[in-house]
Order: sequence, then structure tokens, then C-alpha cells
Amino acid sequence: MTAAITTAGPRRRTRFWAAFAVPGVGWLIAFFVVSVYAVMAVAFGTIDPVLRTAVPAWNPLQWDFGAMSDVLDRVFGGDLGVVFVRTFRFVALSLAGCILIGYPVAYYVARKAGKRRGLLLVLLVLPFWISYLMRMLAWTNLLQLDGIVNDVLQFLHLQDEPHNWLDGNWYTVVFGLTYGYLPFFILPLYSTLERIDGRLIEAGRDLGASSMQTFFRITLPLSVPGLMAASVITILPMFGDYYTNTYLTSGSPKTEMVGNQIESYLLGTSQPQTGASLVLVLMAFLFVLMAYYLYTTLRQQRMAER
Amino acid sequence: MSVLRRKHGSARWLALITWLYVIWSLAPVLVAVRISFNSGKSRSSLQSPSFRWYWGDPTSSVWHDESLHTALFNTLQLAALCMLIATPLGVAMAIGLHRWRSKVSTGANGLMLVPIVTPEIVFGVALFLVFTELYSGVPSGMPRQLIGHITFTMSFVVVIVRGRLVAIGDQYEEAARDLGATRLQAIRLVLLPLLAPAIFASVMVVFATSVDDFVISSFLTTGASTDTVPIKIYSGARGSSTPALNALATVMLCFTLLAVALAAWAMRRMSRRGGEDVGTAGGLAGLSG
Repeated sequence: MTAAITTAGPRRRTRFWAAFAVPGVGWLIAFFVVSVYAVMAVAFGTIDPVLRTAVPAWNPLQWDFGAMSDVLDRVFGGDLGVVFVRTFRFVALSLAGCILIGYPVAYYVARKAGKRRGLLLVLLVLPFWISYLMRMLAWTNLLQLDGIVNDVLQFLHLQDEPHNWLDGNWYTVVFGLTYGYLPFFILPLYSTLERIDGRLIEAGRDLGASSMQTFFRITLPLSVPGLMAASVITILPMFGDYYTNTYLTSGSPKTEMVGNQIESYLLGTSQPQTGASLVLVLMAFLFVLMAYYLYTTLRQQRMAER
Repeated sequence: MSVLRRKHGSARWLALITWLYVIWSLAPVLVAVRISFNSGKSRSSLQSPSFRWYWGDPTSSVWHDESLHTALFNTLQLAALCMLIATPLGVAMAIGLHRWRSKVSTGANGLMLVPIVTPEIVFGVALFLVFTELYSGVPSGMPRQLIGHITFTMSFVVVIVRGRLVAIGDQYEEAARDLGATRLQAIRLVLLPLLAPAIFASVMVVFATSVDDFVISSFLTTGASTDTVPIKIYSGARGSSTPALNALATVMLCFTLLAVALAAWAMRRMSRRGGEDVGTAGGLAGLSG
């Protein structure tokens, strides 16, 4: 800091800069922190015996954990457990799909595309500007019984009769999730791969390693932070997703995810207490991932500002 | 260079995978756009082209079906207001957090990042409950949706602008101060112009996020009059829908691409000075770590 900035005195200076942050911080406290607290107040509150509406308990001393323990019983070993396991499976399979397709793509565009890199980058970013549900709408068009996918498969004699893809099949949901979240997976991975110092790879090659060896011993380990960031950034929204599966299976219960349960408890059957408890359980499951993201981002920030 | 040549075989495979991915990711959307021009009711096959579902059909085209164009206006209005409020809040917060060093600011900084990693369904439920149980004075419908969108998008602005602040460094502002500018003048005359590309990038991201949002809007909607385009697309799939849904999505897509193109053009004009490449891709990549 130069003399000019320090002359104002440290306290006034702090107040000056703090004043810039106050409106935003205040907004986040009022509408984010308090909102999340409202979920807890409802989950640990009671139910009005006559109206059957939620009576939130704003004072933590009056919290009642009855509803939560019911929900936990159903999650560990009950009907909700099945839904949680299914959600885990869908997310894991979709993440595997994202890695299998996304890694080669990000790697090629970041390190091998040469002159085409600019064009490819634009094409990779393009899906960001297309509404997620429009991209899903496109697949409901393509996957209809008399749709183009069935036409092509029959033309190639890969199947004799049109297949009903939108009939509550798990593979359609995994396919949809992979398709939907791949753009979000590729970009963070791309930015890590692109920043890897090319001299390290050249050094590996010059010292006699094959291209496979340099990839597995230099590029891949150096891209692990990007792979983690990309995975976290796709897993978190996938866990809360309830529209992709509903949309691609016309709401079949066979492919119901945790998000569907939460949505129907709050908007469908008006059992806000159960819905709010489920949200807290979901957040507890995702806590490690969220904390990992916060920790690495804050560390990067500190390193960049040093 | 010799390294590149030796690797030609595997690079060719990677190129094939990449181009197949690009086609796979974009071709379905092109088909959906083409279906919006169908002259018949089919949502699955290509029929002779017409504008029936845009304005030709007297009852269910985007132009004539009130619920469809209401959704379009709602979405655009929500995104525009969200941009106008979330961007200044976020820019100011980024500048403040960048300079203000204390325990409180470290906490505020961590708090700012949490919405980015919070699944949208948590957001939707939390806002739904806080508005029904605590802030019931806020009029339901659009005002609540707007507050939700601002809360959800503001952090993106902070992250993008902070990244740019770090890249700029403190020296320009200090020079302005040495030359006699007040702190506010230094911000207005030096810092904000330098931040312009990042601000444009944030505006685009806020617009795209708001326009794309389904969960928050749907948890806070009060019915047809406050439905947005994503809600319409979502609920349309269940009933016997027509290509009008595709037409609606296509119109929305045109608006988004137009906004992005405008912002990119403005950004290029403003950052002509150097070879700085602080494009959308940079902003988005910075966002996700």
C-alpha cells in the first residue's frame, strides 16, 4: 500500500471498504442465511393439530426432533432409503459418463486443438446459453416412439421395433443427466488442463517417456484438482435434480430421485415438515463436497492475492 | 513441435471424440428448433416448414396463446430486473471484499461462496418456506421470484469481478490516488472502466442463469400468470403438447443469443486497448474453479 491510501487512517479505511460489501452481505444474510434457518425451524418445529400446517420453531431451545427421527428411520432402511440409493446410483453413473466423455474432450481442446481451439471453445460454451429444459425438450422430441432415434436405429437394423425410451428407464435418466451436465463438467477441467505447463510434458518426453507414460505420470496427476472441481460442480446440482428424470420419464415413480420426494412433500401433499427434514438430510450428505469446494476456492483466492 | 507430430495417432482419436461430442451436444437442439417450424402437430418428425406455431395458429401459437407469451414476458422481465439489481450489489460487494481485510470479511467471503455450491432444490425449498413462514409480507409471485433469482445469481457476479480485481492489481488505483483523486473518484474513473469486461461478463451470466432457472421460479410461482418459460416447457411435456413449446423455447433461445452477442460486442469495444482475453469462457471457467 502506498502512502496516499494509508493517510486516511486504518479504521476509516476499513469502514469505507466495508460499506461497499454491506448491502450484498446484508442481502445474503436476509435471504440466504435466514432462509436456510427457516428450513431448520420448520423441520424441527411442530404441526398445527387443526390446520395441519407447519408451526416453525424459531427458538432452537424449543426444537423438536420427532419428525426428523421419523425421516431418518425411513432413510436408513425404509422407503426413502431406496430413493437415496437410486439417486446415488444415477449420480455415480452420470458422473462416470461425464468423466469418460468430458476428459478426452477437455484434454483435446486444451492441449491438442491448435488453430481450432477458439472455435471449439465457443462450441463448448454454447450449451450454457441454451436453456437446460430446452436441451431436455430436444431429447423428448428425438426419443418419441416415432422419433428420429428409433428411426435411425431401425434403419441401421439395430432394433426391429421402436423402443419406448421415455417409459421410466433408468438408462434414459442417466443419459439425460450426463448430457445435461457435461458442459458444466468440461469447462473447469478445461481451464486446469490448459494451465498445465507444457514444458513439464516436453521434459517427460525428452527424458524418454512414451506419450502414454507422460500422460499418466504428468498430465493426469496435474489435472486432478480440475477433475475434482469439475466433479463437485456437477455432483451437487445432480443430487438435487428432480426435473431431468421427471421430464424424460413422464414422471415415472420407477426413476424417482430424492428431489422428487422433497418437491412432492412441499408442493404436492403439503407436508412441509417432512420435506424440510429431507432437505436437511440431503444437505448433510452433501456437506463434505460443499466444504471441499469452499476450502479449495478460498485457498486459491488467498494464493492469487498474495 | 516434434512432440506433436509423434502424437498424431492419438490426437486424431481425441479430435474425433471431441467433434462427435460437439455434434451430440448441439444437434438435438437444432432438431428441436426445426420441429418448431413444423406445419403439423408432430413433435417427433420433421414436417413441411411453416410459422404455424409462432403466429399462424389462431389458438395455440406463441403469439396467440396467452399463457405462452405471458411466460416469455415474465422470463425476460425477471431476468432484466435481476440483472439491474444483482450486478451492482455484486460488483460493490466484490470491491468491498477485495480491500476490506478483517475476520468479518473472511466470513463474508466464505458466505458469498456458499450459494454457488447449494443445490437449487435447497434454494427453492428455503425461499419457499421463508416466504410462507416469515417474510409473508412480500407479495407472492414475481417479487418473490425476483428476490430468489437475485440471491441465487449475486455470488456469480462477486466471483467474476473479484477474479478481475486480482488480475488488475492495486497499482492503477494507487496511482490515481497519488495524483490527487479521492477514493470514490479513483473507483469511478479508474477501477470501474478497468472492470468493465468483467461486469459485462457478469451481466451475461446473470441473464443466462435467471432465464434458465426452473427450480426457484417454480417453487415461488403462483400459477399461470407468474409461470416462466422453463416452467412452461417442463409442464408442457406431460400433456398432449404441440410444437408451440418448441417455438417458445426457440424464441427464448434467440433472445439469449442476441443478449450474449450484444454483450460480447460491447465487451470487445471496451477492452480494445490490449490483447486481454477476459471473455465469457474465461469468466465461466473462473467461476467453476
